[in-house]
Amino acid sequence: MSKIHQALNERILILDGAMGTMLQRYNFTEEDFRGERFRDFPHPLKGNNDLLTLTQPQAIRDIHAQYFEAGADIVETNTFSGTTVGMADYHMESLVYELNYESARIAREVADEYTAKNPDKPRFVAGSIGPTNRTASMSPDVNDPGFRAITFDDLLIAYKEQVHALIEGGSDILLVETIFDTLNAKAALFAIEEVKDELGIDIPVMVSGTITDASGRTLSGQTVEAFLISISHIPLLSVGFNCALGADQLKPYLKRLAHNTSFNVSAHPNAGLPNAFGQYDQTPEEMQQLIKEYLDDNLINIIGGCCGTNPEHIKLIAQVAAQYKPRKITETV
Amino acid sequence: MAEIECNRYLKLSGLEPLIVTPESNFINVGERTNVTGSRKFLRLIKEEKYEEALDVARAQVEGGAQIIDINMDEGMLDGVHAMTTFLNLIASEPDIARVPVMIDSSKWEIIEAGLKVTQGKSVVNSISLKEGEALFIEHAKKVKRYGAAVIVMAFDEVGQADTYQRRIDICKRSYDILVNQVKFPPEDIIFDPNIFPVATGMEEHRKNAIDFFKAAQWIRQNLPYAHVSGGVSNVSFSFRGNDKVREAMHSAFLYHAIQHGMDMGIVNPEMLEVYDEIDKDLLEHVEDVLLDRRDDATERLLAFADNVKGDVKSVEKQMQEWRALPLQERITHALVKGVDEFIEADVEEARLSAVKPIEVIEINLMAGMNVVGDLFGSGKMFLPQVVKSARVMKKAVAYLLPYIEEGKGKGTSAGKVLMATVKGDVHDIGKNIVSVVLGCNNFEIIDLGVMVPPEKIIETAIKEQVDIIGLSGLITPSLDEMVYLAKELDKLNISIPIMIGGATTSRAHTAVKIAPEYRETVVHVNDASRAVTVAGNLINTGTKTEYSKTIRQEYDKLREGYLNRSRDKDFLSIADARTNKLQLDWENYTAYKPKAIGIHTIAPSLKELEPYIDWTPFFRTWDLHGKYPDILKDEIVGEQAVILFEDAQKMLADIVSENWMQAKGVYGIFPANQVNDDDIAVYDENGNELVTFLTLRQQSQKTKGAPNIALADFVCPKETGKTDYMGAFCVTTGFGVDEKAAAFEKNNDDYNSIMVKALGDRFAEAFAEYLHEKVRKDFWGYAANEDLSNEALIKEEYNGIRPAPGYPACPDHLEKNTIWQLLDVENKTGVTLTESLAMWPASSVSGYYFGNPESKYFGLGKIKQDQVEDYAKRRNISIDEAVKWLNPNIAD
Repeated sequence: MSKIHQALNERILILDGAMGTMLQRYNFTEEDFRGERFRDFPHPLKGNNDLLTLTQPQAIRDIHAQYFEAGADIVETNTFSGTTVGMADYHMESLVYELNYESARIAREVADEYTAKNPDKPRFVAGSIGPTNRTASMSPDVNDPGFRAITFDDLLIAYKEQVHALIEGGSDILLVETIFDTLNAKAALFAIEEVKDELGIDIPVMVSGTITDASGRTLSGQTVEAFLISISHIPLLSVGFNCALGADQLKPYLKRLAHNTSFNVSAHPNAGLPNAFGQYDQTPEEMQQLIKEYLDDNLINIIGGCCGTNPEHIKLIAQVAAQYKPRKITETV
Repeated sequence: MAEIECNRYLKLSGLEPLIVTPESNFINVGERTNVTGSRKFLRLIKEEKYEEALDVARAQVEGGAQIIDINMDEGMLDGVHAMTTFLNLIASEPDIARVPVMIDSSKWEIIEAGLKVTQGKSVVNSISLKEGEALFIEHAKKVKRYGAAVIVMAFDEVGQADTYQRRIDICKRSYDILVNQVKFPPEDIIFDPNIFPVATGMEEHRKNAIDFFKAAQWIRQNLPYAHVSGGVSNVSFSFRGNDKVREAMHSAFLYHAIQHGMDMGIVNPEMLEVYDEIDKDLLEHVEDVLLDRRDDATERLLAFADNVKGDVKSVEKQMQEWRALPLQERITHALVKGVDEFIEADVEEARLSAVKPIEVIEINLMAGMNVVGDLFGSGKMFLPQVVKSARVMKKAVAYLLPYIEEGKGKGTSAGKVLMATVKGDVHDIGKNIVSVVLGCNNFEIIDLGVMVPPEKIIETAIKEQVDIIGLSGLITPSLDEMVYLAKELDKLNISIPIMIGGATTSRAHTAVKIAPEYRETVVHVNDASRAVTVAGNLINTGTKTEYSKTIRQEYDKLREGYLNRSRDKDFLSIADARTNKLQLDWENYTAYKPKAIGIHTIAPSLKELEPYIDWTPFFRTWDLHGKYPDILKDEIVGEQAVILFEDAQKMLADIVSENWMQAKGVYGIFPANQVNDDDIAVYDENGNELVTFLTLRQQSQKTKGAPNIALADFVCPKETGKTDYMGAFCVTTGFGVDEKAAAFEKNNDDYNSIMVKALGDRFAEAFAEYLHEKVRKDFWGYAANEDLSNEALIKEEYNGIRPAPGYPACPDHLEKNTIWQLLDVENKTGVTLTESLAMWPASSVSGYYFGNPESKYFGLGKIKQDQVEDYAKRRNISIDEAVKWLNPNIAD
């Protein structure tokens, strides 16, 4: 049994919190984003958070360290937009491999430092695979519902490159997250399976969907159960939800998910819903209380935070999770 | 703690889940969004009326379909495009997309296209062991990776399972491979153990239903978690036209099938009676057949079925005693059934009681032919039957003619139609079929035959005051002949509508290229069955104006759409296309030196060629669509296909034993090299250049990494300093065909005349297949150890290709001149080329041989003016002439 499976048997694993929220604290300028290397790059680069791996590696390293310090077992690589599709906005498609490889390598180094400090609590790196900014099963043009801005094949190529780099950079897990169109996720899973075959390796995969609002559906219209069925053809380490909702709004859907799957269940909700200024103001204590309700209901194997969460949130979540046993999975067949 | 559901249920999803539990009872799959089963849906898809097509899907979901089956398998459709477009549109209709889809195709690329656009978990329909384990495993792995469930047909390398034992053997074997090797989740496997018709009168079909039931039960008991499905309407195939019996049969079948474990099925809810409401007598008769309870079950149900229809006589009695019917009914019966045995006697009887002999045609025979026309028009008779009816009709008319001449009378005709295969083209099977069908429907036909110059068509049309001109052609230059003719007619202020038909013609070409040149109506008629309606509409003074207007509007719209679409395509310059040519690994390449270089002739016996016949195109000639041998069991055309096939086998035996045709062929293999990117220089053994083949290069923008191919890319370039080889051939079985066809025609037997031509074509293709194999295994010899079945040959599972000038990889007919020169074809075989470069006799095939294992068939697609100009220079002809020959492939 791999270390991660063993750890999951023993305890609830803690995922880190937001990367973007933490990076905002640095108030990086256009020059900071560019660094030395891209000083003369012909397009604006501010806002390309994935690029900071190359231009501000120390900041990324520090954020990972803060989350491990707070008690996280798993940190996510800084690669949420790291595909040729996402990088096209910045004209940086050619950097995709390097961005992912470096991000994984940095996270790996920090994780290994913490594992060395306390070998009883091994730390893991999850290669973060975002949804891209295009949808394969919805048209961006209301007047042309049959149109698609991206195809399965386009996504497959883009995801394969990202997956290759994340694995070769040293990720322990791949995390397909913030899925608002299930077809995009299926392309990512297809890409992962192909890369696994090509490299002749196995690597655990986490899948995390996004329920966009109180309709209880993904953006592409699937219910919780339909989403679950659509991604269960691949053996997964865990399935869960993240983003868009706070822990309280997410709870009913998480329950339905946990009820219907024999995979481990994960959740990394936002720190509540954003206020009028787009900021998240749920306190670590408030969020801890809501997560405790998840634990009381025996819903969780992996828990962390998404938008608006910081090491304080993760610290309190880790503290409360330590007092509970992980959700038991019973195979009835 | 949360209760976890049993994990071994079949779970599917659209926007909402569909979980098949033991309590689900029966999952019904909507079948109306299937182009092979619904004419309406096919029309909507063909005309790209997707809004209405979505309504069909929506109505099914509203009507309770839990899954919708979507099938776009139709020869004229771009299946990948249609499947992708339709599924994309469904995705934005939440009231349809809530249910899972069943992606239904016999073509893997269509299935895969469907899988790439569905976010939910779909069902693939279907895969099977038909093409061997390797492909089965490959497809199953892909299906799994895309996250779909799968229907597995009980079909293996030998054929479709038709007994209980074969059903369970194949299902077991499929299951074991899927579960043990592919690790396919067993709950995601759905078997279709083949529902076949019962009560066909054939002894071996008696157990068709009960074998299915038993197989379903065995599967559910022995193959854990797997499911059973099937297409229910097949079972009542022999009762077409008697809906009451069919509905009862469907419900009774379903009732028993579900009892035996079938838990999913493709069902038309409109053709289903409630089991309990089936008349008890009828139910007993139906179940006797389904469960094979009595030896005379079929006869009893047939007799009973007639009662149900309200007919007092038993079918059997009617069969035996039709000779005792009143005269008119006998004549009608003979025409409908195509029985010519008694027709002369019956016609004589009618003549004796008629005032004038012409009345027998006008009244008695036409009454019968009207029935034939109605049945054909409503899809209840098929082309081969109609051609047989026409044979009876002609025989009757021939008998009456001397009497009519005596009395000097003339029949009233529905209209006069001139039929011609245009200048330069020798193919006339299709034209003859249309002539026969129109003739049956009382049109007077003036058939000018083949290779008819435009002047003669115009002259005859004026002199005979015809109502319609019908133009036919098979080779691409004929398309331009048709355009030319339309222009000439327009210049002369003639206003006779034109009907266009033939294999290379299309609605798009007619709308874009021919119709704009002529003030009168030009209509494309895509199959013979439509010819009657179209001709009727063009002639009937009541409908003519309106119909012509509709056609014109439709074509204007089509033309606009086409021109808009074609502008969207991106092209490379010929220079860039050459830079992106197919680069094979010539460095590590060593050509296989042919055993026999130079020109050789070959004259095999027909017996040797017979096993190489590919029958699928033969059925297509007769408007029966489907793959051989499956077509013999097809629900709709199967019965006719069997009869046609039997007739063909009979004639085939005569052709072979009496040597009706002569097979003659010439081939040659030569040293060759790619030169100047797109050309192939061919040498003799001493390195002297003999001829140069000019090939054309794809120019449309390819997806990244895909090359712009020309045939020349399959031959090693001269710069490498290595010698490569290529070949060319021409084979014919056409000598003798025309004489035989003419002899049949003289006996008013169009059926056999068309038959002998169709078989001649099949023999020529078989000869090409035969010779290609000899070349690969012996004469060139690069594949000496090849061992392939005929089926594998048809699927081209060998190394090397034999593309033919005039076909997609090399649409340039002028290359035939080069082949003729290289091989001295005319002296060696007698096959000549017409001015449009059609081969005469028509049953001939010519082409090149490429032996490189990387060589493959491709379509040139559209090319641009720069390549046309470059080509003209290489060919040493004017640009105008190059445009003339390459026109169909030049981008607008």
